[in-house]
Amino acid sequence: MFYRETGQFKTTYAADQQIFPIRQDRIGMLLLLAVAFVGIPLFASEYWFTAILLPFLIFALAALGLNILTGYAGQLSLGSAAFMAVGAYAAYNFQVRIDGMPVLVSFLLAGLTAAAVGILFGLPSLRIKGFYLAVATLAAQFFIVWCLTKFPYLSNDSSSGVISLPGITILGFAFDTPRSTYLLVLTLVLLLALAAKNLVRSTTGRAWMAVRDMDVAAEVIGIRLMHTKLLAFAVSSFYCGVAGALYAFCYLGSVEPDGFSLDMSFKILFMIIVGGVGSILGSFLGAAFILLLPIFLDISLPAAASMLHLPFDNATVSHIQLMVFGALIMFFLVVEPHGLARLWQIAKEKLRLWPFPH
Amino acid sequence: MAREIGEVILDLRNISLRFGGVKALTDISFDVKEHEIRAIIGPNGAGKSSMLNVINGVYRPQEGEIVFHGERRCDMNTHAAAVAGIARTFQNIALFKGMSVLDNLMTGRNLKMKAGFLQHALWWGPAKREELAHRAKVEEVIDFLEIEHIRKTPVGRLPYGLQKRVELGRALAAEPKMLLLDEPMAGMNVEEKQDMCRFILDVNDQFGTTIVLIEHDMGVVMDISDRVVVLDYGRKIGDGVPDEVKNNPEVISAYLGTQH
Repeated sequence: MFYRETGQFKTTYAADQQIFPIRQDRIGMLLLLAVAFVGIPLFASEYWFTAILLPFLIFALAALGLNILTGYAGQLSLGSAAFMAVGAYAAYNFQVRIDGMPVLVSFLLAGLTAAAVGILFGLPSLRIKGFYLAVATLAAQFFIVWCLTKFPYLSNDSSSGVISLPGITILGFAFDTPRSTYLLVLTLVLLLALAAKNLVRSTTGRAWMAVRDMDVAAEVIGIRLMHTKLLAFAVSSFYCGVAGALYAFCYLGSVEPDGFSLDMSFKILFMIIVGGVGSILGSFLGAAFILLLPIFLDISLPAAASMLHLPFDNATVSHIQLMVFGALIMFFLVVEPHGLARLWQIAKEKLRLWPFPH
Repeated sequence: MAREIGEVILDLRNISLRFGGVKALTDISFDVKEHEIRAIIGPNGAGKSSMLNVINGVYRPQEGEIVFHGERRCDMNTHAAAVAGIARTFQNIALFKGMSVLDNLMTGRNLKMKAGFLQHALWWGPAKREELAHRAKVEEVIDFLEIEHIRKTPVGRLPYGLQKRVELGRALAAEPKMLLLDEPMAGMNVEEKQDMCRFILDVNDQFGTTIVLIEHDMGVVMDISDRVVVLDYGRKIGDGVPDEVKNNPEVISAYLGTQH
């Protein structure tokens, strides 16, 4: 079957404003969901769950959060990892300090705590823009990590701020296998992604994009800049906070403040740059690219070296891996500055005409 | 014409605006009546755009007062102006370039949308109903401006003339009482100018919108406006119906110069 929208007429605005207006896209999405919910749990190995799928989903969520702030609302931020840390430590504290606290509620409260902190560090955005704002959010990155190390209360008096997270039990069901954890994380991430998509296609998202594209005009048509920017910071930090809680509870099981370093913030920023700034899909593509490429190179480089009978030692391979990684990022940015999501969109536009050139 | 020019709805009294030592506007007073098309003309740097910026609150004048619909204030702010029903277009197109034509127009209606962001996130109940109801309203504007074929196109990809039209659409989408147009025909060819004139007259005629416009094309100004105010170096040098202004010696000297 060709990828065509011919003959699919919309007779209501509701039909025209669906997330996937083209039938083939809807079928594709259903297939993808079937694979994610049924196919992968049936066939994937434990390594796939713990080393690839869980980090991919969690970082995709964090990238989604940053994309809301940077891609949609146009406010550059270098503090994503710190907001993840807030989420992780908040969820931990709600869990250990309040008896019988349901895990999902503590994730929600963790997100809200991160949102509050996000609003606080978003205040400078009312006065400064662009690179200067990025430097201001850098303060959040260092300040939050410092706080978590400095005040033992936040890590329940553990030495050097390391926290070990309790297992997850929801309604009596223990999520103690990689497979069940994967399904839990997948569900949460998809629900939050859907909510994000709904936000960006509604008045809220349009206000964010208006502020991003032309703030004076946005103000003149009645958009309140302060409210809009701070809401973007809050929602973005909420997503990062939940991602942080999932990162601690579902992926690592034990985290320390220094784990949420500036490196991690940059990694999330690279994800949205490579994946596509201002695109929900781009957050997922970018997370996949940044996380999977090193793993792929790890496996393929030694294999290639031994095939070509090159002398190889581990240090060389890891250096080459970094070089190839960097080169590929540059290659993608030169070929398509708007990221993988844009490449995907171009491919779809080409496919609509295929096999006829016009 | 069907429309009837009504009472004064916007009264500017003794407006003075300074940027440091530069006097942009000096003691300017004029009024705008309901349903009329009021033109502001003048040579470059006369303070025309500053005047519009004062009306919708982008700039705050140091002296003078603005009375809009009987409400007196010494300065507007942009949000209050938008709420009061003043919409505008800009001299250099100020569209949201990354968004589609449809989204730009929908953004123009943001003040009429009441649902909160949590409802948006769930795409549920009032949020969805509101979105669809406003979509229908926006489609009326799209029909009116004959831009159906580009409604899903990102505005950054459109040619200049169409961008100008979309910007008018975004202002119209707000169903304003008063429309401020800053050089709506700058850089257009004759055909595009004719289209734009037709839209301006139709807006005025069908919706009864009061229009204040800045324009350099004297043919257009004299043809479509009811009254004209002339600024030069931040001062008002003429005010009245087009014929009156055309024969005002001060206006002629400002535009053509005088023999010394």
